[in-house]
Amino acid sequence: MIEFRGVTKRFPDGTVAVDALDLAVEDGKITVFVGPSGCGKTTSLRMINRMVELTGGTILIDGSDIMAGDAAQLRRGIGYVIQQSGLFPHRSILDNVATVPLLLGWGKRKARERATELMELVGLSPEMAQRYPAQLSGGQQQRVGVARALAADPPILLMDEPFSAVDPVVRENLQDELLRLQSELGKTIVFVTHDIDEAVKLGDKVAVFRTGGLLAQYDEPGHLLARPADDFVDGFVGRDRGYRGLGFLSANGLPVGELSTVGSGATGDQVREAARDGWTLVVSDAGHPLGWVQVGQALSGPVDTDALIAGGSLYDTEADSLRGALDAALSSPSGLGVAVDASGAVVGSVRAADVLAALATARRDEAAA
Amino acid sequence: MGALLADVAAWFGDSANWTGAAGVPNRVLEHLQYSIVPILLALLIAVPIGAAVGHSGRGGFLVVGVANGMRSLPELGVLTILVTFMSVGLLPVTIALLILAIPPLLAGTYAGVSNVDRAVVDAARGMGMTEPEILTKVELPNALPLIIGGLRTATLQVIATAAIAAFVGVDGLGRILFSGLAVRDYTRMAAGALLIAVLALLADAALAALQRLIVSPGLRTSTSSRRRAVVAPAQPEQLPQSRSTTPEPELARS
Repeated sequence: MIEFRGVTKRFPDGTVAVDALDLAVEDGKITVFVGPSGCGKTTSLRMINRMVELTGGTILIDGSDIMAGDAAQLRRGIGYVIQQSGLFPHRSILDNVATVPLLLGWGKRKARERATELMELVGLSPEMAQRYPAQLSGGQQQRVGVARALAADPPILLMDEPFSAVDPVVRENLQDELLRLQSELGKTIVFVTHDIDEAVKLGDKVAVFRTGGLLAQYDEPGHLLARPADDFVDGFVGRDRGYRGLGFLSANGLPVGELSTVGSGATGDQVREAARDGWTLVVSDAGHPLGWVQVGQALSGPVDTDALIAGGSLYDTEADSLRGALDAALSSPSGLGVAVDASGAVVGSVRAADVLAALATARRDEAAA
Repeated sequence: MGALLADVAAWFGDSANWTGAAGVPNRVLEHLQYSIVPILLALLIAVPIGAAVGHSGRGGFLVVGVANGMRSLPELGVLTILVTFMSVGLLPVTIALLILAIPPLLAGTYAGVSNVDRAVVDAARGMGMTEPEILTKVELPNALPLIIGGLRTATLQVIATAAIAAFVGVDGLGRILFSGLAVRDYTRMAAGALLIAVLALLADAALAALQRLIVSPGLRTSTSSRRRAVVAPAQPEQLPQSRSTTPEPELARS
């Protein structure tokens, strides 16, 4: 556990970047520091590995004061990933990843073996090993940065806006990869971002900082969206927080209704017979949804699979939250969301009204608890 | 002009000019010897100072000032003053050439080290490198293209200028030049000048080969012209005046 006890950082010019911060970062979880520019989130992160020296209070890692030992020794035991990747331009990718093991005196061969494993773990192909950082894309460089930070298997990983310099698609990809890695590794991760969506997506706990280095709220992301502590947090978590909050509510117990379907070879008569409220869903032989047919459409012959009305998002009954269920219902042309199982086969329908009812139930249960 | 060229060719063809203490091979060896000592001394002096200043970021203005000041000294004047105080011989020549060699090496090392991407240095420190490790494992390897650039400039200038040794009573290729001058033998003077120029170019080519050998391919294959642009100055005039003027990637600190 990383404990901040009354931690203060006052710069020589008198600016207070972090003001008497008390916070406990839990082991094996992702804790996100989020806030606007100048809120002290990066300073707080960098005080953990003494890249910024604190001017008041103490930081304890597993009970021992970080100021007790040597700074370089402390840092070798803590993974560190930064925004611009900071890869060494003069070293091959493999040797970049092997940096900390080499500093720890592992020996070249063992360090490189470990680096090869790490490259595989973060999804970099082995032929990248002998390339140099300048030859890699921004997203690949960040993967190398993560591999390098993990090389000596440190229990703690500090990530300072690691994904904010890459484009949105790559960023989402890297976020998913981080969650996958974390599910395998269970590191204690402190992650800094200015992007509340990233914070809510990645964090087991989110610490919202306000300007002047004060902690505004420290909570689970679902609670943050459902019950912001004050107007600042409310404003910071932004619009659609009600909708986004649904992402943290389980869809277990959400009723899955019937759904009329026809096979892709169905005739006009079959469609008319099957349709409910003028709509039916065409499914493939494997039961996967292909698209909607509206009875009003000219239905002279068999269903033309090229002329189907595109469906909305799919609600995966085994993985999705209420947010996924509601979005399926809202985005479907028929108003009925298509529910599928893990294999993608249609299992039924979901209605927006049922999602709202489930939300009401969840709130009641929570109030009762 | 054509006649001079033919005469110079004939001078090189004369085997008498290739043997003995006054022969070309011996003069070349002497010339190299006079040149190498000040270059090595300059490396020993300028690289540590440039590296220390570039790493700490303190005293950059001093390095630029000293380098520019030293560059503006006229060699022959310096040599004359030194000889006045020290008598003729190799020592004043070595000191004069040392003063010539230090500025490009000092400037190259300082610029090379201080221009290393701050994010790279931050990452190195954050991973647990000590300050000497940051300097030797990260900053100097990345500064190598500029350090060798400084070394090449210094070498060219020293070899070209080492001819002045003959002016104060030591030999080298300058002896061929000056002995020609004494008797208005323009053929011999041209031959001497040509030898000095060729020697300087060969030394530069050798250092270019060394550069290809020891600079990391990661710094050569750099696809971004950004790096090259940041890392251009081999001349002290173009040195960043202080750390704050070096293009730093914006660290979005909060």
